[in-house]
Amino acid sequence: MNIECPLSTDTGEVVRLGHGSGGELSQKLLRDYVYPHFDNPWIAQAHDSATVPVKNDRVVFTTDSFVITPLFFPGGDIGKLAVYGTVNDLAMSGARPLYLSCSLILEEGLPMATLARVMSSMGEAAAETGMQLVTGDTKVVERGKGDGLYINTAGIGTIEHPMAIEPRQIQPEDLILLSGDIGRHGMAVMARREGLEFDGPLRSDCAPLHGAVEDLLNAGIAVHCLRDLTRGGLATALVELAESADKKFIVRETVIPVCEPVKGACEILGLDPLYVANEGRFVAFVPAEQAELALAVLARNPVSVGSRIIGAVARGNRPGVILQNALGCERLVARLPGEQLPRIC
Amino acid sequence: MKYLHEYRQRQSIEKISAEIARITTRPWTIMEVCGGQTHAIVKYGLQQFLPQQVELVHGPGCPVCVTSLEIIDKAIAIAARPEVIFCSFGDMLRVPGSERDLLAVKAGGGDIRTVYSPLHAVELAQQNPDREVVFFAIGFETTAPANAMAAFLARKKGLRNLSLLVSHFLVPPAIESICSAADSRVQGFLAAGHVCAIMGYEQYPPLASKYRVPIVVTGFEPLDILEGVMMCLRQLEQGCCSVENQYARAVERRGNIPAQEMLEQVFDIAAQTWRGVGTIGASGLRLRPEFAAFDAEKKFSLDISPQIDSSGCISGQIMQGQKKPCDCPHFGQRCRPEQPLGAPMVSSEGACAAYYRYSRQVTADEH
Repeated sequence: MNIECPLSTDTGEVVRLGHGSGGELSQKLLRDYVYPHFDNPWIAQAHDSATVPVKNDRVVFTTDSFVITPLFFPGGDIGKLAVYGTVNDLAMSGARPLYLSCSLILEEGLPMATLARVMSSMGEAAAETGMQLVTGDTKVVERGKGDGLYINTAGIGTIEHPMAIEPRQIQPEDLILLSGDIGRHGMAVMARREGLEFDGPLRSDCAPLHGAVEDLLNAGIAVHCLRDLTRGGLATALVELAESADKKFIVRETVIPVCEPVKGACEILGLDPLYVANEGRFVAFVPAEQAELALAVLARNPVSVGSRIIGAVARGNRPGVILQNALGCERLVARLPGEQLPRIC
Repeated sequence: MKYLHEYRQRQSIEKISAEIARITTRPWTIMEVCGGQTHAIVKYGLQQFLPQQVELVHGPGCPVCVTSLEIIDKAIAIAARPEVIFCSFGDMLRVPGSERDLLAVKAGGGDIRTVYSPLHAVELAQQNPDREVVFFAIGFETTAPANAMAAFLARKKGLRNLSLLVSHFLVPPAIESICSAADSRVQGFLAAGHVCAIMGYEQYPPLASKYRVPIVVTGFEPLDILEGVMMCLRQLEQGCCSVENQYARAVERRGNIPAQEMLEQVFDIAAQTWRGVGTIGASGLRLRPEFAAFDAEKKFSLDISPQIDSSGCISGQIMQGQKKPCDCPHFGQRCRPEQPLGAPMVSSEGACAAYYRYSRQVTADEH
């Protein structure tokens, strides 16, 4: 029998169970792979929890877990997703992102080089978004019990304006803005995961959205509601919002931008881009009279340069999303019953 | 996206719609054979571009819907075995078997992988010599050549751990079965363009003559389908019954000869059981004896007996154009995409899924 000490001080080149033991290897992992990327006074306290200043009584708090195969994909990686995803959740309330927690669940055998790449990427994303990573945790699970690396992040932000940006603020006749083309993230990940090759580059849209939201607020736009488009895509986000707001949305399919590589990949696989995941797009509900100004503001920010008005909130007594297609026909948009699966022929 | 935009233009659609209205003098019933066409018809609301006298009914061309309960139960039994990596196209995973579906087997620990090509299963077999890799080889003439290629390659590479669970269907015998039914209402057919891209359409003229039905090989975009309908209606109004090719940009009379040769090398034609319809002679494919080593049904001793579908699903009637999804008492009630009674509500080519997803009507009072 080959017995290996779980507290071996040999760091080797892969994650070992000992890295999750709380002992010397755990400290070494934090010292060598995590702390260098998140240099701030709170993480340096190395206490059980971080004491942070929050000069506002409207604090926003969110959490999200990131599970993705492959860990690296064209346009991003799990580290960037884990920061941007939480930043975006805060931004959709109109909050300024401030503090981040990070829980790493590492699979025994994960190459340290992979962890280093992910941490470096997370550090860059945190710096880019002004988020301070102030607390975290590390666990190691046995080989075969994880996909290499899972990350959970939680974020705290503050609302520094008087508005409430939420579904119930959506008003009849609001216009619906979409911040760019859809479907890039889902198709880029699927193409990389399955080794599919399509004409033209497929890169994820993975990006932080707080800057674009800040631009809208600074321009005096009375933003009624925001929602980032993640799993389930544009269609799912709109259906959820329509139900939460108890409103009817009418959306024109022909004005929803889809880039040619995504369009082609979706045609081949039989997928509907309306339901494909995004990681750097959002919808905004704004008063009709401010929509053009909002578009002009969004067009100046690289993450929302392709913004469009895609529809409006109707006066109607039944909540739901109606899609008008290229032929002028209308249909109700539904949630997906489960995962969107490629067709057979 | 050449060959797509120009087939989805409202102006072209309205022009052909006007021509259809002009030539139609009485009621006609036309069947689109392929589920992909059904989805396009319902998604784009094409019925509203047709006169009320023209009724489109949906045919048996959904590969997921026609796969028999027995073969799905066999797939489930094989996929649950610990030594097996079971590979399938995504659509099959949600189709209900007698007791559960493949997704439930996966959740229970079965190693089930969604693949995009049968050649991926060949790679998996090479990479996992200590596991049994089984590919669920289903579908019509469209998917059969690639599946044949997988068996061919496996033999060439000497792989002993790859097998195919074969459930292949052929379209022309199904059309003949529908034509020969005493109560058939179908007066013309839109044949599936992609099936004909592989097989050509030389098999269709004898059917058109024997049953006196026009058959138009038709594509999948809105304009394709309306053109196919128009060509079919012209024949019906003139009392003709020939075979025409609307989809000439993709289909040649003799089809794809190398693909047909691959099929002939690997498969024999055999009787096949269609879910909800029954057994139709010479309507399926099975592995030839020299490929018996790659036959999953032979490799795994399965004690699965044919089951009667007691779910209440009327898929057979829907796929033979006798009923429409909305005629089913369970549609949208007991049977919904998240809780389907049968395959037509699951498959991305299923008629019930198309109706559920696209055609729940937006009523005037909602505006």
